[in-house]
Amino acid sequence: MEQKIIGIILHEVSELNEQLDHKVAIENGENAGLYGLTGVLDSLGLVTLIVAVEQAIEDELGLAISLADERAMSQKNSPFRTIGTLADYIVKVSQEEA
Amino acid sequence: MDKPVILITGTSKGIGKALVAHYVALGHHVIGCSRNAVEWKIEGAQGNYQHYIADVTDEVAVKAMFSDIRKQYGRLDHLINNAGIASMNHSMLTPLTTVHQVLGTNVVGTFLFCRESAKLMQKKRYGRIINFATVATPLKLEGEAIYAASKAAVITLTQIMAKEFGEYGITVNAIGPTPVQTDLIKSVPKDKIDSLLNRQAIKRFGQFHDISNVIDFFLKKESDFVTGQVIFLGGI
Ligand SMILES: NC(=O)c1ccc[n+]([C@@H]2O[C@H](COP(=O)([O-])OP(=O)(O)OC[C@H]3O[C@@H](n4cnc5c(N)ncnc54)[C@H](OP(=O)(O)O)[C@@H]3O)[C@@H](O)[C@H]2O)c1
Repeated sequence: MEQKIIGIILHEVSELNEQLDHKVAIENGENAGLYGLTGVLDSLGLVTLIVAVEQAIEDELGLAISLADERAMSQKNSPFRTIGTLADYIVKVSQEEA
Repeated sequence: MDKPVILITGTSKGIGKALVAHYVALGHHVIGCSRNAVEWKIEGAQGNYQHYIADVTDEVAVKAMFSDIRKQYGRLDHLINNAGIASMNHSMLTPLTTVHQVLGTNVVGTFLFCRESAKLMQKKRYGRIINFATVATPLKLEGEAIYAASKAAVITLTQIMAKEFGEYGITVNAIGPTPVQTDLIKSVPKDKIDSLLNRQAIKRFGQFHDISNVIDFFLKKESDFVTGQVIFLGGI
């Protein structure tokens, strides 16, 4: 499932990249920085990505999940650092909601 | 261009029902919801009006509705957050269950629909959201503390969301009607209504077309520089 989720994130990031001046380095795969110290997204870009990923997860996996709850926002190690950390977080959230 | 996709909450009666008739007549794809099924029929509405039975405070039902809209249309152009309830009572006589219901429907419901709509609208970088305020807030009407306070919260949501959603091409505005003869105000004594009408610059009841007129203005493509505003009717 994690591989499928990474595929979904990569797809959504590449769509988002078309609108960005500073693009996410998707060639780095799971290590590509999204948000925070190593990331290139601003808060607006992050919101757009989270919404797009939530919708894609619902369409492709039939799971209605919320990624941006207080827990995610307040975690010391933000789940939005890289594509890999986001994928890990989605797996965790979807297992909890299942 | 394809006709707008418009979602209106609280369409089983009153202002919401009248708005459905108005936008169906304009040929828009109209979607509505309320806790009860609709008992009315609109000329020519076949196929152009789709009703969901949903409580605006029920996140699961509301999300499922938005998911349907996304699958069916791939977009949402307009949201009219009309569903609302009132409680006309002295604060000392207002039960907490009523307080929760009013805040739930008017504030939480409005927030939830704004949030879910904005998610859908931001994809196309276009959207118009209209919320419902009331003259009871600026007039600080006694006997309507919790109702007026809930709508004050709606005004604040409108103003802040206008800023948050602006970069996505989404405008957020509100309309503040004066009394309109619907079930919402039928328990208010006549002398109270009369004294309220007397405080307006134009002393008459609001009509459905007064409301759709303001909403039509907010919805216009050309109104893309109008956001975070509240238009009160009647001159208060
Ligand atoms: N009439 C006035 O004088 C006046 C003045 C100022 C502002 N307003 C505002 O205008 C809006 C419409 O009011 P109205 O006069 O048309 O009232 P209304 O005749 O009582 O109709 C209210 C509508 O909202 C729906 N509704 C209520 N709670 C709901 C919930 N939890 N979930 C889903 N739908 C719900 C009702 O349907 P169900 O019962 O089937 O759910 C009904 O269709 C409200 O926001 C109100 O505050 C009205």
